[in-house]
Amino acid sequence: MSLTILLLLALGLGLAGWLAARARAWTFRKASPTGRLASLPSYHAWYVALWIVLPVLVFIAIWSAVAPGLVTQSVLAAPAADQLPAFGFQRQTILNEARAVATGAAQGVFNPLAREFVEPYRDALSFYNWIGIAATLVIAFLGGAFAFLRLKPDFTARTRVERIVMAILLGASLVAILTTIGIFVSLVFETLRFFGMVNPIDFLFGTHWAPDPMSNPENPDATRYGAIPLFWGTLFIGAIIAMIVAIPLGLMSAVYLTQYANPRLRAWVKPTLEILAGVPTVVYGYFAALTIAPAIRDLAVDLGASNPSSESALAAGLVMGVMIIPFVSSMADDSIAAVPQSMRDGSLAMGATTNETIRRVLVPAALPGIVAGVMLAISRAIGETMIVVMAASTAANLSANPLDSMTTVTVQIVAMLTGEGSFDHPATLSAFALGFVLFMVTLGLNFIALRVVKRFREAYE
Amino acid sequence: MVTVVHENLEDTDAKMSARDVSVYYGDKKAIDEVSIDIPTRYVTAFIGPSGCGKSTFLRTLNRMNDTIPSARVEGDIMLDGEDIYKSGMDVVQLRARVGMVFQKPNPFPKSIYENIAYGPKIHGLAEGKEELDAVVEKSLRRAGLWEEVKDRLQDSGTALSGGQQQRLCIARAIAVDPEVILMDEPCSALDPIATAKIEELIDELNGRYAIVIVTHSMQQAARVSQRTAFFHLGKMVEYGRTSDIFTNPLEQRTQDYITGRYG
Repeated sequence: MSLTILLLLALGLGLAGWLAARARAWTFRKASPTGRLASLPSYHAWYVALWIVLPVLVFIAIWSAVAPGLVTQSVLAAPAADQLPAFGFQRQTILNEARAVATGAAQGVFNPLAREFVEPYRDALSFYNWIGIAATLVIAFLGGAFAFLRLKPDFTARTRVERIVMAILLGASLVAILTTIGIFVSLVFETLRFFGMVNPIDFLFGTHWAPDPMSNPENPDATRYGAIPLFWGTLFIGAIIAMIVAIPLGLMSAVYLTQYANPRLRAWVKPTLEILAGVPTVVYGYFAALTIAPAIRDLAVDLGASNPSSESALAAGLVMGVMIIPFVSSMADDSIAAVPQSMRDGSLAMGATTNETIRRVLVPAALPGIVAGVMLAISRAIGETMIVVMAASTAANLSANPLDSMTTVTVQIVAMLTGEGSFDHPATLSAFALGFVLFMVTLGLNFIALRVVKRFREAYE
Repeated sequence: MVTVVHENLEDTDAKMSARDVSVYYGDKKAIDEVSIDIPTRYVTAFIGPSGCGKSTFLRTLNRMNDTIPSARVEGDIMLDGEDIYKSGMDVVQLRARVGMVFQKPNPFPKSIYENIAYGPKIHGLAEGKEELDAVVEKSLRRAGLWEEVKDRLQDSGTALSGGQQQRLCIARAIAVDPEVILMDEPCSALDPIATAKIEELIDELNGRYAIVIVTHSMQQAARVSQRTAFFHLGKMVEYGRTSDIFTNPLEQRTQDYITGRYG
């Protein structure tokens, strides 16, 4: 609640500064003999407003991290604190209860001891609330005054505002990158813990996968942590079966849409295909588990298989392939459409048919873009979770028979993390090692794809 | 208004002839009832200000306008007396007989060799590697490019200079042994030296193929062509011997254009 107040306060002060600075800039303009300023009044206004709002936002960010600790500290200084149990969990429950009553989120308390802390909490909260508001006002005033006093007719407010805006934009783009780095670091950390318990060689090259979350965590059986069946299952479902479906269909749809479809049909079909890319994968998962997998099982029975699995690699792979079609077709479509019209004209003017032109000129010229699209599709397919969780099994089989049940890296990550083992058991930690391998592989694929696309761009510019 | 056709043209053997050809883009009439005979053994130049329809008309001669969905052609165009717009006409065969070179060099992103071999391959003109090699060499020689590229036939065609690329495109057109070559401002993207080479090449090809060239440059038309047609606002205003058109035009508008009054 106090956070909302502080934010509103910052925005209100910013608005006030904005109006004041603009009014001041207008008086400069009236007084100036030429009627011109180095920057427009609105830039003066934004300059002051940013100098008020940004420092306050920084303060709020720091304050909201620090304030709860300060509040707790002053509450623990109360005389009743001696009676608090030492065990962290119980202690925290009592404090939380008191805090909830103090802020009005709860009416009564279960633990009578908590009642002792309601009053100290109330005092501390309002005390630090006022400190927060006061500090906000002071910082806003200092920032605003600093900026306001610098306003002059020849003050270059525009370049300064542009510089600040640029810094904000840079910050926005860094958020995603820094998050990725953070994920990577935490992944590496847990992976190293896992490799401290299980030899990486056993993990990367072992062919038997059966982690037992109930075993003794001190002495794991390394022969049960061989991830090869998982890597194979992932490749077989995501990169082989799915691509056998997605590459031809995606490519053919791209060729049809760019070369044969009349514009009105294209205006319908292309967006529809792209909408398919936005269908939640869990929906495809239902389809795979409820429709395709039983159909494939029945087919296998008809073909004479004695006891086919109802969870086949084929079912998951086929549905995943359909899911991937829009990725392949959209990238292929873009890169075929990007081949200059003059190439097409040149080929047609030689007396080539549309078909020959597509096969011999357009597709070869667009090949780098198509390859990049396929790479992105593969990295998407091997990272896909929901379809395989629902349609593939958890049995790690090393088999080339698409009718066998198989499991993938992502399925095992889910299984291990949601399993019964404690968090520091190697079976649970193996999920991080699997995630790390997956991360590196998809990163590598995306990297290659982007390089290929870049070379392709240079070819026509 | 009727086209003025000079009377001293003795070319009776027209390779292509157009009769009352009109071209529409949607509702807009881009070409208005043009009739012309393209002689077999001469270079014919189409001149006129920008937007006068000369390129549009050129593209009707091998039906390249078919690739523009809104374009519609009326009237008759004959190649050796055969209507190229009749139903059942094989556009593929037509374009093999009437080749085209474009304004901007557009070699395929393939090797120099593959660029030339493309046409003979799709039309099945050469059997086996040796015959194909021979066609490639002959075409490149005829386009005056052989000496420059014979040691690097496997390099990409797009790595050549602009003038070389354009001669590669001419060689590519020659490789399928066409009867007519249409050139749509083939030098407008080239520097003067490369332009001079292309003009020299046109001179050498003259007589072997019927050549039609669209050009912005009146000097170029005067240098390379024997017949000139002047287009203005979608109509063909005047047609005759190049020397007559440039020294003794019968139409006031032709006179105005070639003396630089407009365009």
